[in-house]
Amino acid sequence: MTSTYAHAPGFVAGDRPKIVTSRFEFADSYTIERYLATNGYAGLRAALSQPAASVHDEVRNATVLGRGGAGFPAGTKWGLTPQEVWPRYLVVNGDESEPGTYKDRLLMERDPHQLIEGCLIACYAAGLSRCFLYIRGEMALAQERMAAALNEAYAAGFVGKNILGTKFSVDIVLHWGAGAYVVGEETALIESLEGNRGMPRLKPPFFPAANGLYGQPTIVNNVETLANLPWLLCNGSEAYTAIGTKTSPGTRMVAVSGHVKRPGVFEIINGVTTFRDLLYGEEFCGGIRNDNKLKAFVPGGGSAPWFTPDQLDLPFEASQVGPAGSMLGSGAIMVMDETTDIPAAALTLTRFYAHESCGKCTPCREGGTWLERILTRVVEGTGTDADLDQLVEVGSSICPGDFPHASNADLGLAAVPFPYKMTTICFVGPSAYAPVHSALTLFRSEFEARVTTRKRIPVTAAASSATGHAS
Amino acid sequence: MSRLTDANVAIAYEIIGRYPRPKSALIPILHLAQEQDGYVAQDAMKHIADLVGVTSAEVFGTASFYEMFKFEPVGKYLLNICGTMSCALMGSEELMHHAEKRLGIKAGSTTPDGLITLEHAECQAACTEAPCLQVNYRYRFKMTPAELDTLIDDLAAGKLADEIPSHGVLATVRQHIPADRGVGAVAPEKVNESPEWLDGKSAL
Repeated sequence: MTSTYAHAPGFVAGDRPKIVTSRFEFADSYTIERYLATNGYAGLRAALSQPAASVHDEVRNATVLGRGGAGFPAGTKWGLTPQEVWPRYLVVNGDESEPGTYKDRLLMERDPHQLIEGCLIACYAAGLSRCFLYIRGEMALAQERMAAALNEAYAAGFVGKNILGTKFSVDIVLHWGAGAYVVGEETALIESLEGNRGMPRLKPPFFPAANGLYGQPTIVNNVETLANLPWLLCNGSEAYTAIGTKTSPGTRMVAVSGHVKRPGVFEIINGVTTFRDLLYGEEFCGGIRNDNKLKAFVPGGGSAPWFTPDQLDLPFEASQVGPAGSMLGSGAIMVMDETTDIPAAALTLTRFYAHESCGKCTPCREGGTWLERILTRVVEGTGTDADLDQLVEVGSSICPGDFPHASNADLGLAAVPFPYKMTTICFVGPSAYAPVHSALTLFRSEFEARVTTRKRIPVTAAASSATGHAS
Repeated sequence: MSRLTDANVAIAYEIIGRYPRPKSALIPILHLAQEQDGYVAQDAMKHIADLVGVTSAEVFGTASFYEMFKFEPVGKYLLNICGTMSCALMGSEELMHHAEKRLGIKAGSTTPDGLITLEHAECQAACTEAPCLQVNYRYRFKMTPAELDTLIDDLAAGKLADEIPSHGVLATVRQHIPADRGVGAVAPEKVNESPEWLDGKSAL
């Protein structure tokens, strides 16, 4: 049984455990009245009735994996701050802009108080004395809902000085960006929050947990990660880990878009649900449009190397998807059916990353643009076979070595495990090459059919006739 | 065009007061300037530099990095058609061609009457509702060329004025931290002790 709601376009509810989307069925889920009527701020009360350290332990025991892309456990991340350095900050990454991804936007629009409560629990547990909530600039409604919810929460005494009459005090400051994909990278996010151009910082030394906002220890957590905390504190880590698998507990928000019958955003059981379930299952997308054949899919946002039908039975589990040659990333699947023009599809992603390069690292700034130009030529039919080699050459200067790719039975390819090697500070550069590499590796014939073969001047024959030797 | 109005200066000071360092308020205040004038005017950037305590070159340095800030007047409505993968797979290119034909302009330019600026946008985070677009950052989902025509007609007839404010206005609700409820921002060098609640005891 699935349900959709006119007030939450894109979201599809099913008969599965709901950790972060439990209030999506209510049209007024963003108001404090609805929130309080549905167990709202009970997780905060549960947290404040324990010492901070035991809240931290609870989150650590639950292994709440980061939902932004890297999948690092939140409880471990909170523990990486250096001893006795104060103040420490929380920065919430709501700059969701990875192609294919949208879950944080829904979580902010539909249940802003849940995120506020999650922020408060994180601040309490990890001793973070100020929280900055960075929302993507283009998300006007999310900004509006978060602003209204924060105003309500301040008035009701849930945020600010002496929360619920206790010694716990923290401000949550709403901050919003102005259009730059790279700001989703945590060190670029911090630069942007300091009022600068959003360019990533070099790690080391700028690991945010040690040296982040204003040079202070800073925890950067994704919106969905924090939205898990109220439920976790209400129900305990045992209930949390009872859902999903040991290494990937709980649920995950996943958006499936492209050529499927019913695209949607689903809260799925982590580690168990397979790509086949998602693409073909009746409770999810119900198959490929017009019952076409599946050609390929991007399993984890635009940066992820592509999968083919060979990988459909992999579960949503990082420890299996990585060795298979890709990543789960931000929980976004983009599906291409047999009618897809593969070089053109790859170009839409490469253009995105070339456009979004901040310009700090030369391989990405120049290489991304090169990839875009060469690929445009190929797609428009004016490319040559040398262009295909050049794509690989340029790509290899951004990400040297074996580039991750999936195995493919038809081509006799064995998988090269993710992650990439890279010559850039952040992942924007490799991301520009990922779609090109996947498309070229898996569908080379489609590229070859598009390009003309150059006439080659037979250098050796000319040389041998000049010296009078027979070839 | 103009410096920030007195009312906006008051809002700017409130925003600055939330950050341990004033420069952090730069992007939100640039949005305020764009809300006031529809674009970020040079005089506004000079004014913001004074408010935040940086040079106007630093203000422009930051502002010019971000796509949403416009330094020349744009149309009353900014029409952003997404062209990244999911939307492209579902026909955003046709939608863009249709928009260009209908408006008689190329992406990146403004209609002669100053009503609409058309832009090619990158992923807008509504991938399952492809192809999607935003008008002044308000969504329209699963758009067909016919629906786009209706949208343009409605914008021209002023029918959507309540729903879609003019360019520059993002959230219509502002955060306000009541003076008696806020903890306040303190420069990090002035704090060097652990928060009160880390005393090993429960707070409630």
